[in-house]
Formats: sequence, C-alpha cells, structure tokens
Amino acid sequence: MTEQARANTWYDVVLATLKSNNVRLAVYVPDRVFTPLIKALHADAFFTTFAATREEEALGIITGAWMGGMRGAVLMQTSGFGTIPNALASLVVPSQIPALIFVSERGTLGEFNLGQALVCKTMRPVLNSLAVENITITRQDELAFIVDRSIKQAVATQAPVTFILSPLLTGGKVFEG
Amino acid sequence: MTTKSSGAIGGHNAKVMNRFELTKRLVEKLKREEAVIGGIGNANFDLWASGQRPQNFYMLGSMGLAIPIALGVAIAQPKRHVIALEGDGSLLMQLGCLATVAERAPKNLTIVVWDNGIYQITGGQPTASATAADLVAIARSAGIASSAWAADEAEFDRLAAAALKGEGPSLIAARIDSKPGVATTDRDPVQIRERFMRGLGVKGIMASGA
Repeated sequence: MTEQARANTWYDVVLATLKSNNVRLAVYVPDRVFTPLIKALHADAFFTTFAATREEEALGIITGAWMGGMRGAVLMQTSGFGTIPNALASLVVPSQIPALIFVSERGTLGEFNLGQALVCKTMRPVLNSLAVENITITRQDELAFIVDRSIKQAVATQAPVTFILSPLLTGGKVFEG
Repeated sequence: MTTKSSGAIGGHNAKVMNRFELTKRLVEKLKREEAVIGGIGNANFDLWASGQRPQNFYMLGSMGLAIPIALGVAIAQPKRHVIALEGDGSLLMQLGCLATVAERAPKNLTIVVWDNGIYQITGGQPTASATAADLVAIARSAGIASSAWAADEAEFDRLAAAALKGEGPSLIAARIDSKPGVATTDRDPVQIRERFMRGLGVKGIMASGA
C-alpha cells in the first residue's frame, strides 16, 4: 500500500504527494486552515520546513532552491497572494520556475472578513492574466491526482502552478462570533 | 557629520569606496565555483562587468529578492558558498529576509550590502539609510551576529576572506560612492537562469526525474 493510499485527510494527501514527487522544501506564511499541513511538514524530517516573513520572500527562496536542484513549495492564504504578483511577473514566470504554490482559499463560502473577500476576487484574474496554471481543488478524491499530475507538469514544462484549496476540501475558516 | 560624499549614515567612519572595484576584489577571491546572486540594478551591473561567471545569477526584476534567492540556493547546495549582492534600497524593501536568514543560519551564505544612501537607478532619491537606518545594526539585531561595515578596501578583503570560510551567515556592508554601474546585463531571464543552473551543475539532473 502506498503512502498516498493510506492518507486519510487532505493534508496527509498533500504531504504524501509532495514527498512522492521529491519536493523537499516547504516555505510558508502561516494560515489557520493550513496549520495541520504545516505541523505535519515540520514533523517529517524529509522536508525542510520554515516560515518566511512575506510571501514574495518565500517565492524567492524556492526559486533559488529550484535553481540549486531542490524542489520547493510555498504555502500561503488568499490575502498573502495579493503580495506576490510582482514576484510572479518579474521572476517566477519569465525565468520559467516550476514554483508550486498552495493557497488556502479565503474570501468565499462563508467568509466574514471583507478584505479577504476582495483579495480572493483578484486572485484568479491575476493568475489567468499571467497564464499561470491554477486549479481549484474541492474534492479529496481528486486531490492526489491533481497535485501529483500538476507537479509533474510544472517540472516538465518549467512553469509555476497554483493549487487553490477550497473550503469545500479543507473546511475553511468560519466565523465563531 | 552633516556632509558626506556617501549618503550612508551607517559605518560613518568607513571610507567611501566604489562598488565595481569592490565587486572585482570579491570575485577574484572566488576559487570554488561559489554562487553569486546579483540584486536588481547596479549591484547586478557591476557583477556582470566583473566577468560573466556561470555561477552568477542576475536578477532582472523582483526588487528585494536577491537575499531570499541566495538563501534558497544555499539550502539546496549546502556545500557551495553563496553570496548575495544587494543595494541599500533593495534591502530596505525586504528587511524581513534578514531575520529568516538568521533563523535558518546557513553557514554557506554571505550577504554583501552596497550602501550609498540613494535609490541610485531611479533618480537618486535618498534612502532611509542616508539619514537614519544603520543596515549593519539592523542585520545584527535581526540575528546575523557576524555583520560588519568594511572600513576600507583592505578590511573588505579580510571580511570577504573570512566569510568564504563558511562559518556564516555573515553580512558585509560597504559605503560606496554614487558612480553608476559600469556595464549593463543582458535582459534574457531564461538564458540567465539556464546558464546559472548549468553553472551549479543542476541542469540535466532534475529533468531526469530526480
């Protein structure tokens, strides 16, 4: 039985798929919804996992790592995406870096913070205008296939990919007030 | 200390030097295929002019990301020494990266900061380091204990030689004049990236499914 088949939560699946694709570096700006994934990455010595102070810094780090021979992923929430269009447009896309970008989707399906909601509306148009592959993942039964195949495509075509993890997959963050 | 030939307030006793001259001095010391990441603008231009080593990466956009890129290379290749060349304005844009470098503490990473107290390439507007911010003090406080101003060329040589021993991370700051870079890089990011990856011995390995 493969590690992927044993996985039973969305974050187990993401971790196992990163591992099976030899993605060893995970750089994140924290997010509540991604907390179990970040915790699991920290706990697994296969990965080098740490926080960057900004999302564009994280993109710079995994760009350098890729050029040095190590595959890397960045993890952020939707609002953080709003800080990276310049790094995408002037570094990652023109340099053909297969950056693996995981975004915890805020701003939809029960969002309580207007700021998150508006940034969410800019995210896909920015990615589409840069022709950056972006896939919204809503179902766990499709998760391993999408992430695995898209990592392979990113590496083979030397192009970044963004995985938008919907609250339908992760449960999202809900207003508890 | 109201008038200085360099606007940098940090290291105010340090000699005002020239970026191209110091870049040449640094590159002459590189004997082990060390990687060098040139920040956007004149840091890049003088690196280019010092000789186009295959282990040089020239950043054409993404202002502020030379140090993060260098950190990524240093993590991926711990046996290779990596140097980031960054200007004062660029560093001020991404100060948080100093804390990240300190937290990761890669022994094989050296940061060189060229401080002339101006945003030189955009028209010479003053940076905060002209009047207020001491970039070495900031780096030390961020946790990079081995951070120093180079008092003159001889001390720059000494600090660079010490940094290349691989007991870092370290940061060397130099007060520099406002002479422009002496050449201009090519503007082909794919070619620059490809050449760099081949220079690091990477290209060809990863495509085979590493």
